[in-house]
Amino acid sequence: MISIRELHKSFGPLQVLTGVSLAIESGKITAILGPNGSGKTTLIKSILGLVKPDRGVIQIGEQVLNGDCRYREDIGYMPQIGHYPENLSLNDVMTMLQDLRGGKHPTDTQLLEKFRLGKEMDKALGTLSGGTRQKVSAVLAMLFNPKILILDEPTSGLDPVASSIFKDALIEERAAGKTIILTSHIMSEVEELADAVVFLLDGKIRFHGSPTEILQNTSESNLERGIARMMQEAVHP
Amino acid sequence: MRPGLNLILYFTLGISVLLGKVLEVTTPTLQQVIAAAEPFDTVMVTGDVHTQTPIEIRKPLTLLGKNGAVLDGGGKAEILIIHHDSVVVSGLSFQNAGISFVDDNAALRIEKASHVRVENNRFIDNFFAVYLAQAAQCTIRNNQIIARNLRETNSGNGIHLWYCKDILVENNRISGMRDGIYFEFVMNGKIRNNLSENNLRYGLHFMFSDSCEYTENTFRDNGAGVAVMYTEAVKMHRNVFIDNWGSASYGLLLKEIRDSEITHNIFRGNSVGIYTESSNRVRVTQNDFLGNGWGVKIQSSSLDNEFTANNFIGNSFDIATAGRQNHSRFDGNYWDKYTGYDLDRDGVGDVAFRPVRLFAYVVQQNPPALILMRSLFIDLLDRAERLLPMITPPTLQDNRPLMHRVVHS
Amino acid sequence: MRTTGKIIKYEIRDIARSKFVLFYFVFFLLLTEGLLRFGGGSTKTLISLSNVVLLVIPLMAIIFGAMYLYHSREFTELLLTQPVNRHQLFRGLYLGLAVPLALSYGAGLGLPFLLHGFNAEGDVALLLVMIGSGIFLTFIFTAIAFWISVTYNERVKGLGFSIVLWLFFAVIYDGLVLLVVAWFADYPLEKAVIGFTILNPLDLARILLLLQMDASALMGYTGAVFQRFFGSFWGISIATVALVGWTAIPFWLGLRRFAQKDF
Repeated sequence: MISIRELHKSFGPLQVLTGVSLAIESGKITAILGPNGSGKTTLIKSILGLVKPDRGVIQIGEQVLNGDCRYREDIGYMPQIGHYPENLSLNDVMTMLQDLRGGKHPTDTQLLEKFRLGKEMDKALGTLSGGTRQKVSAVLAMLFNPKILILDEPTSGLDPVASSIFKDALIEERAAGKTIILTSHIMSEVEELADAVVFLLDGKIRFHGSPTEILQNTSESNLERGIARMMQEAVHP
Repeated sequence: MRPGLNLILYFTLGISVLLGKVLEVTTPTLQQVIAAAEPFDTVMVTGDVHTQTPIEIRKPLTLLGKNGAVLDGGGKAEILIIHHDSVVVSGLSFQNAGISFVDDNAALRIEKASHVRVENNRFIDNFFAVYLAQAAQCTIRNNQIIARNLRETNSGNGIHLWYCKDILVENNRISGMRDGIYFEFVMNGKIRNNLSENNLRYGLHFMFSDSCEYTENTFRDNGAGVAVMYTEAVKMHRNVFIDNWGSASYGLLLKEIRDSEITHNIFRGNSVGIYTESSNRVRVTQNDFLGNGWGVKIQSSSLDNEFTANNFIGNSFDIATAGRQNHSRFDGNYWDKYTGYDLDRDGVGDVAFRPVRLFAYVVQQNPPALILMRSLFIDLLDRAERLLPMITPPTLQDNRPLMHRVVHS
Repeated sequence: MRTTGKIIKYEIRDIARSKFVLFYFVFFLLLTEGLLRFGGGSTKTLISLSNVVLLVIPLMAIIFGAMYLYHSREFTELLLTQPVNRHQLFRGLYLGLAVPLALSYGAGLGLPFLLHGFNAEGDVALLLVMIGSGIFLTFIFTAIAFWISVTYNERVKGLGFSIVLWLFFAVIYDGLVLLVVAWFADYPLEKAVIGFTILNPLDLARILLLLQMDASALMGYTGAVFQRFFGSFWGISIATVALVGWTAIPFWLGLRRFAQKDF
């Protein structure tokens, strides 16, 4: 369970999060939705500790985030665009991350095999294609079998085959009791995967519930239309 | 030397060289033995002598020290005064001639005498060591002169000449005195192959002494280096001026020198290699200026000096002048800072070299600016000035800078 | 500290594979070797090198330091999502760059001398001072570069500022000192000028080299004051403290900024 209370963050004059309070349940896939600039990535990065909130509390399990970095042992993160040290190989990066965790953490390389990345293992990451690098990001996120997975636009760079492999993997992870947070622009994907949807607009949560609730509330036939309706209502109430 | 043990004097025999006569002396003092000796006798000193009053020689004698015999002045007065021609003093150790603020007390004084030879003696902790006044045709050779004075006022000169003629000063080693060698009103003196180092003031102090020459000497680490002043026709050949460091120290200070020659000398590691003031028609050729702070400093009152075939290597500043004036000629020297080219491969650079840096002038005007040496900013200034001299003397340039170090003939 | 060590290890591996550090090493190696072979003697080589060292090291350290941190932003972000403390990460990034730079400089300069030997006894000390002050400059200007690039998110701004800062330390500062010296020529400025020197790490390194190379000039006149100061226990202590301060303060400013920064 991840609970967030009264989270505020601004970048200069720009207010990005204005009092976000949220509880994310364990063992579920929660999708964070919202238009560009609504604060999705900032929210995610706040949980990861990449962004330092101005105010507010983030609690993961029993742990209140206070600058101690150990809670991130339980988090796997997949960035929107994965940039990696150009001259290191996937093998190097995996060894390095392993090494940073003390070298005794069990690893999960199923996804690596499913993506057939075996022959890319020793190539310098700088030489890999965008799609391959996105696969690398996915592999790294799941590498240490973390309790929490945070995925920023996970499927946007993946080809359809890789995308469905990845989604299958996510479903498996949920079955194993993982907490999964993702952002996406692809509503069919959200509909397919998400147990809960958080709708963020102008730094505030406008909706938090199941996808079916959105459909009921908006009387639309699919999620994409439902979300569009919610956005319109938010702008012109 | 232990007091109390050697109060007994041993003067064995005075031996007349011509007659083979033997003189036995009882209860003698050295002064009595000398008084008893015939001209041209040899007096051998085999034990230590302590004397409170100067021992004087007024006849031609040879005074020979044996077994490390010591003449000790007890810090009171002078030790030995020679008033007569053709005296030889050899093999003796002189010590403790008295310090005086009134008299130039010397361990050995030659007063108005000629053909005196002072050889193979040691002079330890005397006020003055060897003092020649109005002497002529004398030779000072193979002596060792040492003092451990820390203050200039407590020390006199090593070899001091005043109103002398035709003197040879050769193979002496002098250190710790005020001036190592001092020449005043000397004609035709020769200073050859001496080592003068660690003296408090000058290694060689040289004034009003025309037509002298000094060759093959080494002047090292003296308080103020070497000063040659108010003189003409001096020949300075094959000397080494080295490590004369200090705020007022010069390898060689020239002041009012005319028609003289400075050739084949080595100036190394001095604060200033040569400093010249009001000196005219001095030829400076075939010398090495190595690793000095300033190779040559020329005051503008110097005229018609000539610098050719010298090597300037590793000096912080090669040449410095007082202003924009230059009346000296630089031609065919080697400058390690020369960056020109030699297309016709005749060994002579095709573009002229300006050895005076703007920075040298800046430092002269504002000494604290020295701390900016080797700054990129200063290098840029220097380059600009070299292209278009505004402050440094425009005529001071070597039109035939050599591409290779001069190998001196 | 163990985490820092691991970060250094992987960063060095990354840097070692980039051509830059190799190029940097080969540059100093060939330059030194060439000067020793064709320039005539260790003394002359060291004097020529001194100019290059005082110019190239700060410039390369500040530019490469800034570029590297911009360039490795993703690496940084990847590590920040791991159980890695920001202080450890910053230390690791800094040392992982400064150490290889310092080593390739030291080795590039030192190896040819080991091969050719020295022709004057003072040259060994001069080489050691040169390597030592070069290493200090590497650490100082890398720290400054890191501080600049964690402060400015825009690469062009950061790089521009780095170059201007280098120009300031290398050229403009000395021009200002000269102006002050000329303006206040009637006052005894020797001590003030020593103070100015300590406020510019490049000047400080230059003075340390001067004391070895231009001892003869420094023994004259004002130079003796400098010589006495930097030769004394207090002078050496102050110079060392200043160099350490010049490393520590920009590093600490960068670290503080890095710890608060949003990625």
